[in-house]
Order: sequence, then structure tokens, then C-alpha cells
Amino acid sequence: MTEIIVRGGFVIDPTQKIDGDVVDVAIRDGKIVDKVGSGAKIIDAKGKVVMAGGVDVHAHVAGPKVNVGRLFRPEDKLFKSPMAQEKFRVESGFSIPSTFKTGYDYARMGYAFVMEAAMPPLHSPHVHEEIHDTPIIDEAALPVFGNNWFVMDYLKKGEVENTAAYIAWLIRATKGFGVKLVNPGGTAAWGWGLNCLSLDDPVPYFDITPAEIITGCLKANEYLGLPHSVHIHQNDLGNPGNYRITIDSLKLAEGVKPKNRFGREQVMHSTHIQFHSYKGTNWGDFESGAKEVMDYVNRSKGLTIDLGCVTLDETTTMTADGPFEHHLNSLNHLKWANVDVELETAAGVVPYVYDPNIKVCGIQWAIGLELGLFAKDMSKTFITTDHPNAGPFTRYPRVIKWLMSKKAREATLDSFKHKDKVIGATHIHSIDRELTLYEIAQMTRSGPAKCLGMGGIYGGLAPGMNADVAVFDLNYKDMPSDPEKIEKAFQRAAYFIKSGEVVLKDGEVQSHGHKRTVWVNVKMPENPQVTRDISQSFTRDYTVGIQNYPVRDYLVPHPFVIDVNLEA
Amino acid sequence: MPKLITQVGCPYCGSSCDDIEVLVSDDGRKVLEVHNACIIGNNLFHHANDSTRPMLPRRRQPDGTMKEISFEEAVDYTAKTLLAAKKPLIYGFGSTNCEGMSAVGRVAEKSGAILDNCASICHGPSFLAIFDNGYPSCTLGEVKNRADCVVFWGCNPMHAHPRHTSRYSIFPRGFFTGKGQMARTIISIDPRETDTAKLADIHYMLDQGHDYELFDAFRTVLRGHDIPDMVAGCKKEDILKGAEAMKKARFVMIFFGMGCTHTDGRNHNIDIAISLTRDLNTHTKASIMAMRGHYNIAGPGQVWSWQFGFPYCIDLSKGTHAHMNPGETSSIDLAMRDEIDCFVNVGTDAGAHWPIDAVRHVKKHPFITIDPNFCMASEIADLHIPVRIAGVDEGGVVYRMDNVPIQFKAVLKGLSGVPSDEELFDMIYERMCVLTQTEPVWLTAKDDRKYPSPAVI
Repeated sequence: MTEIIVRGGFVIDPTQKIDGDVVDVAIRDGKIVDKVGSGAKIIDAKGKVVMAGGVDVHAHVAGPKVNVGRLFRPEDKLFKSPMAQEKFRVESGFSIPSTFKTGYDYARMGYAFVMEAAMPPLHSPHVHEEIHDTPIIDEAALPVFGNNWFVMDYLKKGEVENTAAYIAWLIRATKGFGVKLVNPGGTAAWGWGLNCLSLDDPVPYFDITPAEIITGCLKANEYLGLPHSVHIHQNDLGNPGNYRITIDSLKLAEGVKPKNRFGREQVMHSTHIQFHSYKGTNWGDFESGAKEVMDYVNRSKGLTIDLGCVTLDETTTMTADGPFEHHLNSLNHLKWANVDVELETAAGVVPYVYDPNIKVCGIQWAIGLELGLFAKDMSKTFITTDHPNAGPFTRYPRVIKWLMSKKAREATLDSFKHKDKVIGATHIHSIDRELTLYEIAQMTRSGPAKCLGMGGIYGGLAPGMNADVAVFDLNYKDMPSDPEKIEKAFQRAAYFIKSGEVVLKDGEVQSHGHKRTVWVNVKMPENPQVTRDISQSFTRDYTVGIQNYPVRDYLVPHPFVIDVNLEA
Repeated sequence: MPKLITQVGCPYCGSSCDDIEVLVSDDGRKVLEVHNACIIGNNLFHHANDSTRPMLPRRRQPDGTMKEISFEEAVDYTAKTLLAAKKPLIYGFGSTNCEGMSAVGRVAEKSGAILDNCASICHGPSFLAIFDNGYPSCTLGEVKNRADCVVFWGCNPMHAHPRHTSRYSIFPRGFFTGKGQMARTIISIDPRETDTAKLADIHYMLDQGHDYELFDAFRTVLRGHDIPDMVAGCKKEDILKGAEAMKKARFVMIFFGMGCTHTDGRNHNIDIAISLTRDLNTHTKASIMAMRGHYNIAGPGQVWSWQFGFPYCIDLSKGTHAHMNPGETSSIDLAMRDEIDCFVNVGTDAGAHWPIDAVRHVKKHPFITIDPNFCMASEIADLHIPVRIAGVDEGGVVYRMDNVPIQFKAVLKGLSGVPSDEELFDMIYERMCVLTQTEPVWLTAKDDRKYPSPAVI
């Protein structure tokens, strides 16, 4: 029986509405408990902030396109890989770190859970192999559905139940977590080199529109009652003027009610919304649409969002939005990788430099932060960088700094070559709001955990929850006036306890911990039509046998399975 | 009762067919029949029946003969040799599973080794081009279902990937290609009239070593400029015809092989092939793919990219970080410069594939071969350790040439006492830790990973 007590820290835990009270956190056998015996190991957190382990709702950390990024960018390793520590594996990479570095870096920032944001189902064994090789953090993966032939075929005929049965089968086969849509319809059109840039663009051959795919998947998701809602990357990403289509697709959630037993309240999670909040007609008159988008989000009920903040780094963009990457490549003319996946999806990878000397990059930076600063309900607004698309996840502390300090934002604005033009096209300069530590905890802990339907497991410090506890070297009563100190404190936690084990001390990794892979097992009565359709398609259209498709148990050696039972 | 096992993966070429049926004896120790496989794949399965397959490691004696030793002794010798070496090279991995490639990562870090795979002497130039220009590609199902113009450049699948054309690229009737071969324009670019060229609608018998010029001519024409009357030994009118066929197609697929990577121009040929693919994407949809040789040679590129950030030529000898610089850290160059003082050949045959001078150099130092069978590398080695055959008596994940992971299954019970690559590397690693009195690093409990259970649908 291992007992730990984190003593004397300023606890910030939105799940229990604790904001800076000095409370002890007791841990026994990997769970938070009310109290522990006198023999418990004492962690002295006096004068420091204590939060639950972080929960990342959206990052590309494992799988084929992440690995294409690693493979084809040796320059991402040059002078950017820290020296290995004794007793630990070699670390490499900056924007697309190796699996080892990914695990270590998240632990250094006190993160306990990370959602791999897009898993091509055919490549799911690959995703799980990488998750297996990522130490410490718990992970899950969202299979992509928005361009899947089965989904489009069933929804075209209005068959929500069959769509749901197929989704249930695929999530089980891939040991996945929920329903991800990426450029619904558009990526399928990319199979022929085309795209769907509006909600009514029909998908070639399938003759279904993005709006119909989104609505159908929203219904199927609630039919199944999955822990997480539909998680959507909308159409027309990254283009000036796309805020209208963004709001239109958010509106599709209005008619749908959440139905689940996991405490989730939203029916749609709109991801990296920064890329979808652009006004203007071209890159010349490009400006922020953050206000318009957040006006809608603040008024609506069934939505959560994550920011996708641009961090002004050289990074690697990667998305299942294949046509977008092709388009991006025609803008920056760097190298371009693409993987079209039969019957299911596609992906593209292009390196990208968010240069503070370029006006558009400065505006993008401002939009990401504005979205967070305009938000009314911080428990529905989450911090991400759409790692590695807008910047690597290791920049979360910097994003937190910008959100918490106007001084830091102004300093960055001052560093821009086109400062005045950026100010003219955005709202950032006139926003005085500075987020509190409590709000940051909502955005990085309790909020995303609840949005994923795991609010009782992750993201809080209430008894019974996972003992993931991060201690940061920040004095709640006397916050530093220098914003750099905020970034530094969040970059390297003073302590991180993961599943009841001290894995990090003074910013240095101590142990490889006990990582788990979380997946959702949907049990429902057999649907003979869907079963037949699947087996027919594997005989006819796929190039892999159906026996070799589902991820085998040994590839997921430490599963944490969430059951969803529709059989009863 | 003999048992018929279906949807078995084939441990031969990069096509990694997983529709093989194998009839095995009642006791699960003998392959009786193999269906669907090509003649080479067929033989690979039957080969596992060979009663002379090595079951114990063999160590070379002072008189030059080989003597059987125990696995414990072999592991101890390998661990000590790797630790004593200043710059060991661990090379191969074309024909084993990803579990083994993952396990060897720890051994390589511990011993400060160079980790390299057969791509070094095969599609290494393709990697160089991919580093520079990217890789717009797709899975083989996309080719089957969509491609109506297929280009084979410097490759001859009819011989090297015997079922490639029937499963993926020329003959199959896919979702949007219901007429199969009838609806596909096949273009072959090869200085010889290969059996693949004989199937082609257009065959460019170009001058050997002039691939770059021909690629350049296609790009020039596609961009609307004029070309000379003859380029690389091909007539202008033929080139215009091919360019038009590509431009008019709905989905162009370019496959390239050793004929591009190992002729004059090397990585530059691949570079311009990728540029041609990019150009074609402004007219229609186009993809490109390397014809990878072995059934899991794409595997080390994947596994080591997620572990170290590089697909091949990984130098871990600095002990603190991984470093890749082909030419400096590539196997043949290291061997030719005599920088290697211990050589471990795994799941390939460097004895047969390497230039003889490179083999002579590595042969001056301890030479260890880890392979299920006798081969030239095992016969010149100081130590030969047999392992189970990935894909026959050991399952595991392999990556097909399009980087799709395929979960292979074991059809036979393994030879008694013979470990898998993964188990062997873990044993070597543990022995190295004992010898150096250090704690082994396991990311997760390693015992959970062994013996894949059958899939549950």
C-alpha cells in the first residue's frame, strides 16, 4: 500500500470549486482519498500551487502522419534534442518529438492524459504501437469517421442506426475512443483531388453533403451514448472568411441533445477553432473573426471548443484534411507528404514556419488568444495548440503565460515587424482580461476531462479520482510580476504524481510510471446488415483481410476499458 | 485433422499479401499446403519444415569449425561483445517483425551502436529525396480502387513482387475501376523489356542511366514547354503521348524501384519523380510509392522514426542523442572506412548483399548473425543465433510497402527453445544490464507483449 500526502499547497480544483485554499491532498494506491496514515510519504507543497494532472483534449502524438513528420524532417532533430539522462531513453525532436520525448515532456508539464486526435482506422495497430512506446502518460485515440465510405453510404440513405452500429464496430476494432470528423466529405473528395469547401458541396460519387455527414454523426453519437461527443475539425480550415461556415456548422448541433451516462453536456467539440475563425476575403485583408465565433459559442449550450493557439515557432503541420495540406503546400512550397487511406481518410504533412515577421502569422497568434479571452465559460474552452499544427505542445506554458498576462501579450506584439497591421486586424490590443489560475485549471484539467466523459476519473482532486497531482512553483498569494516566471513554472512542474507514483521531481523525470491506454468498448446487439456490409467490403474493396484488421489485445497491454452497453 | 489457417501474411516481398491459406498438420508443427501465395512465398512456408533448421546457436571455434552452444552462452557472448566494442553496427531487419525492431532499440542505446536497416543499400536514396521533397503517397487500396494510369519506373513487379500486379496495381477490379486492366493505362519505364514492360500499354526503353532526363522531359511537357526530338533515347512524340495519358487520367500512380535509386542520379531521380507527382496534382490526382523489397522493410523506418526520429543510419555511439548522416553513418560507408569493430547481422544476409570489400572489413572483427536460417552471413559469422521465423512460427506487426501495418499470425508452433527476435534482444539487453550493473528500462511490463493472442472480431 503506497501512501502519499501532498501537504500545505494552494489547491486549485474546479471539480470541487476549490480556489487556492491550503488543503492537503491524500493518495493511496493510485487514487485520491480523504486521508492517509502517518506513515505516508510527504511531499512538501508549501507556497506552491497544486492542481490535478493535465488533460489534453487534442494533440497529434502517435500514428502514421505523426511518424511521417518525424521521418521526413531530420532537421527537426538538429540541435533540438536534449541530451539523454541516465536511466532514460534517448530523446529527439522539437515539433514532432519521438514517443519517448513525448511522454517525458508531457510529464514535465504535469500532464496525465493525452488524446491522440486522429487515428486512421486502417493504421490503428501503428497508433497503438506508438502509444505503447510512449512512457508515463495515459492515452486514447479518436478514429476518424467523416470521410468513411460506410458512414457516407448509410447517412446518404438516412440510416442513423446502421451508422451507429458501424461506428460501434470500428471503435471496438481499433480500440478507439470516439467519433472524430475531419473536413467531413472534403477528404473523401480529395481521393479525386477535390475538396468540399462549403457545407452543401456534394461529395463526388457519394452525393452527400458535409452538413448531412455532421448531423448524421451527431445523432449516431448520441444514439450510442458515447463518453465523448462528436469531435470535429470543420470544413474550409485555414482560409480567410471561413468564420461563417464555422458558425453554420456549429449551428448543426442545435437540434441535438446530449444523451450519455458520463456527465458530458456537449454534443459537439469543435477543435482548434483558431484555424476556423478567420475574416477577410484574402491574405491581404485577412482579419480576426474571433469575436463573431465566440459570440455564437458563448450563447450556445451544446458546444465545447479548444483554441489551437499559434505559438510562433517553426513546426510541422499534419492533418487528415488532405486537400488543405496540398493547398498549404502551394502557399509555402516546402516539402509535402500525403497519405490517402483506402475507404477511410487521408492525411497530409507540410512543415510550416509561423514567423513573427509575417503579418498573417501575427494575426493568427492573436486570434488564438482572443478566442480564449472572449470565452465566458472556461469549463468549455480548452487550451491546445493542435500539436504540432499551430505549435508544439511544449508551448502550452507559453500560451498560459499569454492568457494570464497582458504584459506578456504586449511584449510579443511589440516584437512583431507589422505590429500596427496586426493590431488593426485584431482585438488583442484592446483586451485587458487576464485569466486566473482557476480558469487555467478549468481549461486544462476539469473542463477537458468532463468534455471527454471522464470527469470522474481525470482532471480533479476529489476522493476516488485518479491520483494525478501536479505541483507548480507558483505562489498563489503572491503571483510573480514577471510573466516569464509563470511560463517557467508550468514548463517544469516541481512534482508530478501520476497514478499515485512520483514520476517527476524538480522538473526531472524520476520514473517511467504506469501508463494506460483508454478505449471504449461499445456493446450492442448484432446488426446483420452492417456485419454483412463490412465483411463484403473487406472481400471486395480493402487490401487487408478482416481477420488482420482489428487491433490485437497484446498491442494494448495496459488497457483501461470504458464500457458502453446498449444490449440491455 | 490438419487445420486450414486463412488470411495468413506472407513473409516474402513488400506486397505483404495477407490472404494466404496454410494447411498445417494436426500437431501444428508441419506446413502441408500453401494456397494463394506466389512460388517464392509458397517455398518460404514449406522451408519451415526443413528438419535441418538450426535449433541452437553455433560458435566458431579456433580451428574454424562451428560448434553448437547454449542460448545462454550466445546471449552472454553477444552482450559482452557489444559492450566491449567502441562502435558496433546492428544491421538488417528486412525480414523480421516490428516487435524485434523495437526491442533492439534498447540494445543499440545501451551499446552505443549504429542502427541501420537494408534500406541503406536499397531505398536509402529514396529517403534522401523524401527528406528534401516530401512523399505524396497513398495506400495500395487506393491504387486498386481508383488508379487508371499506373507507371512502373525502374521496377519489375512481375518478378520482384509477383502478386503486386494482381492484388493492387494492374489487374484487380476495384470500386471505381470495375474493368480492371482494361480501364488502366500501364506505363513501364525500363531499359530492358521486362515481363512488366510486356504488360504495358506504353514502354519507354530509355537509355540506361538517363532517368532524370526523362522525368525532366515529362515535367517540361506538363508545364507546357517544348522538348528536343529525342530525350534519354525516347522519341518526343512518345513522351508527349505518355504525358497526355497521365494528364488525362483520373488517378495517376507512380511506382519506382531499384532501377531509379541505384542508377546514375540516385536520390535526384526520386526527387524529380516526387516533383513530377506534385506537378501532376495540379492537373489531376497523383501519388507515388517506393516498391519496398521485403515484407517488413518499411517496419524499421517506422519503428525507429518514432523511437529515434530517423528511419535509418542511426548513430547512437555518442550515448546522449541520436544522429543521422547517410554517407557518414551508413553501413557500407562505415564498413569501408573500417570504423566498425563489431557487426550484428539481423534478419538479412549482408554476406550475400554487401560489396565484398565491405564484408571483408567487418569480418576483421566479431561478426554475429541472428537469422532463422543458414545463409552466407551465418556461415562466415563468429556466432550464429537462430530465431523463430516472423510470419511463420512467430506473429507480429509488419509494415507493407505503403506503410500499412499488418498483423501477421504464426501458423506453426515455434521450434522448442528457439526465441523470437524480441525475446532474444530482451535477453541480450538484460544480460548487458547485469554486466554493467545497471537497471533495465522497460516502458511497460515487457511480459505483456509476448505471444500475440489471436484477434477477436
